[in-house]
Amino acid sequence: MNDLSSAPVPPLSAADHVRGPADAPLLIEYGDLECAYCAALHARLEELRGTTPLRVAYRHFPVRSAHPRAWPAACATEAAGLQGAFWELHDAILADQGHIEDPHLWSLAERLGLDVERFERDRRSDDVAARVRADFTGGVRAGVVTTPTVFRGDTAYSDAGLHSMVADWLPI
Amino acid sequence: MSPLGAGSPIPPFSLKRAGDATFTEADLRGRTTVLVFYPFAFSPVCTDQLSLYDDLREEFAAQGATLYGVSCDAVWSQSAFKDKLGVEIEQLSDFEPKGAVCRAFGVYHPGGFPQRALVITGPDSTVNWSYQADSPGDLPGANLIFDGLQAS
Repeated sequence: MNDLSSAPVPPLSAADHVRGPADAPLLIEYGDLECAYCAALHARLEELRGTTPLRVAYRHFPVRSAHPRAWPAACATEAAGLQGAFWELHDAILADQGHIEDPHLWSLAERLGLDVERFERDRRSDDVAARVRADFTGGVRAGVVTTPTVFRGDTAYSDAGLHSMVADWLPI
Repeated sequence: MSPLGAGSPIPPFSLKRAGDATFTEADLRGRTTVLVFYPFAFSPVCTDQLSLYDDLREEFAAQGATLYGVSCDAVWSQSAFKDKLGVEIEQLSDFEPKGAVCRAFGVYHPGGFPQRALVITGPDSTVNWSYQADSPGDLPGANLIFDGLQAS
């Protein structure tokens, strides 16, 4: 049985999806691909990454009862990641959260030039489910309760505190 | 007022379940139960809280624990809330006399609603662990419940 008692946020590992310069300050985001606030944060962070040294790691925190398509979407991005296109599908989903039913995911995979049969097999695999679940349980243990939640060092930010923290990064 | 602490006996109480059945202290005997007191059905924080806990029902069950949501909302409101969220966690109503059970457990907010609090009861009908958020707007992580279950 998984131990879900309190633990620090897991440190960055080779399994993480990370983008941005290696020497830039790191934010670790726990997000849900069906969460509108996550899409808004994503847009802001991508805007910031264009002008400010910033490194972002994304971890899955799909809350299934609240967002029934969040889990399939998370698994889809992991399956795309197995073909080297995690961020491409991640960005595409967050840019159009109204279209994340299965046919939309197949269409996106095709548009990204993925092997769609493999994508379909991988996104339903036990390994991919375990990968997403590992992110989720790591977040639970670190006290994540809502999305998006962002860790800067050991400090978690969400809701208004997250907006303030991100605003501090804006260049004057 | 603070929640009943570890070792406190469970007071006699009666809460309404959907379908007009009652849930009493007898329903806590012989098993581990987590009572999730929350302020209001349909309020934003309560929505996040119950959705997250519901996603972890299997993990709670693996620890031998069953969760119940408790609020002062009417049974009909709780049922609508549960259906809207798509959660399985059973809801228990402390509607009439309003807040009587919340008061008995020491978790009634002076504003007229339950504090955001967690109470773990053991098979021997005593409180094993309890927690009250600093503010009703604070959402206790599920990790705290697992900490409480381990400490029980």
